Amino acid sequence: MSFERFVQSALSSWMNEDGPDTDIVLSSRVRLARNFKDFTFPTVFSDEEGQEVIELIKKEFAGKKISECGQLELLEMDSLEPLHKRVLVEKHLISPNLASDSSFGACLLSDNEKVSIMINEEDHIRIQCLAPGLQLTEVLQMANHIDDLVEETVDYAYDEERGYLTSCPTNVGTGLRASVMMHLPGLVLTQQLNQIIPAMNQLGLVVRGTYGEGSEALGNIFQISNQITLGKSEKDIVNDLTSVVQQIIAQERSSRNALAKTSHIQLEDRIYRSFGTLINARIIESKEAATCISDVRLGIDLGYIDSISKTILNELMILTQPGFLQKYAGGPLQAYERDIRRASLIRERLKLEKNENS
Amino acid sequence: MMLCQECNQMPATLHFTKFINGEKNEIHICEKCAQEMGEVYINQAGQGFSFNNLLSGLLNIEPIFQSSTASAKPKTEELRCKRCNLSFKEFVHVGKFGCEDCYKTFDNQLNPILKRVHSGNTAHIGKIPSRMGDTIHLRKQVAQLKEVLKDLIEKEEFEKAAEIRDEIRSLEKQNDRHVDGGPQS
Repeated sequence: MSFERFVQSALSSWMNEDGPDTDIVLSSRVRLARNFKDFTFPTVFSDEEGQEVIELIKKEFAGKKISECGQLELLEMDSLEPLHKRVLVEKHLISPNLASDSSFGACLLSDNEKVSIMINEEDHIRIQCLAPGLQLTEVLQMANHIDDLVEETVDYAYDEERGYLTSCPTNVGTGLRASVMMHLPGLVLTQQLNQIIPAMNQLGLVVRGTYGEGSEALGNIFQISNQITLGKSEKDIVNDLTSVVQQIIAQERSSRNALAKTSHIQLEDRIYRSFGTLINARIIESKEAATCISDVRLGIDLGYIDSISKTILNELMILTQPGFLQKYAGGPLQAYERDIRRASLIRERLKLEKNENS
Repeated sequence: MMLCQECNQMPATLHFTKFINGEKNEIHICEKCAQEMGEVYINQAGQGFSFNNLLSGLLNIEPIFQSSTASAKPKTEELRCKRCNLSFKEFVHVGKFGCEDCYKTFDNQLNPILKRVHSGNTAHIGKIPSRMGDTIHLRKQVAQLKEVLKDLIEKEEFEKAAEIRDEIRSLEKQNDRHVDGGPQS
């Protein structure tokens, strides 16, 4: 397979679509947690029940067409290669728990990978919908549509007072987790994010690094999501998150402009050094790669670099993860080999840009 | 020296134990691999641990509050869900329910937990499944109208009150029809 085709097939097709505010918001996501009335939750269920849930899903939903998103394909965790599962995790289509710890775990994935329904994770089903840019309302609509389709054939565990009943009390009520992935180099460089995070926590929102561990965010990419699922309507949860995200977008833009004004030459130097590293490095660790990719994306957004497409950040953040590197290499790699492979993948990807533009 | 189980090259400097469904899983890796796998491993485990610890912490506060009424404590611990057999003690340990009936079994213990996790909220406002929805909508409407009725009677606005009363009656009739038609809840 040519490198170009590898990249195309590796990425979700929606990632090449444009959306509102894609310069700062990489993607919007909504997840609805639901359980079936007739079965105990996956946290305790018997093998027979797990099997029955899968059979029910297979019968009713495998191969079903969802408008605009294509067919749903059923992927059963037990029959997938470990590397395939890892790649699905790296694309955020399934959770690490579903990949490694679930019994009778499966996933219904739509052709365009905008819809991923996890089965027998912590809850019987978790409907997840994704879209590029800030489109939480649209994504919620899509998830609601699928939710209604499922409810036509299955009785949900629902209580008039508590709402949708989930394994974990942190999800009960709406079962809704809405989140956005944001690229915030301006707020990190100007050290404003440290002040914003506590304020967001007070509003019932959670901020965490999407890649990497703990509070340190690889590539200045942060995930912001709602904490509260009970006592607030779906619409309010999504609207509140959207309005906070819009404020953060405005602050990120103004801090980028301030940086470009006050430290123009330092910023330009930083961006081109990172660009040089990506073009030339023969060995590169994930952390350094993420930093350089973030710098280059900032350079594109601010107009310093115009020869590279904007999707480079989303693409390379996904492609340079261990699972993808090993898929690209066609076999398992040790950490040191991965760093070499990562550098060569980045160089090839950037060469592709040059060819397209010349 | 223990080698990293991932790359088998570097010394394993990070050691942690994962408990999943009571199954113990020991992981020994080097920092480099840990960093690489950050999302898949450390972060996930970290989140799981801290969240469970937090939740257990929250739940464990209960017995302290209840300790003045000595009889309450053992009762709560012994509480067990008839459908899935999960005990309250086990719930506190894993932080997860086993079935929908757990919500009824542990109803008395639930409000303080939900209040802490959901900023003081204990009741659902939001989507109602459409098939079971009709009767729920009606009942909620009736409950609201009854409040209005009480208010009107207190204010001695009897004419308006009579209108509301008739509205409630017609809604309750509709509700009866629904219940007769569908499964009894």
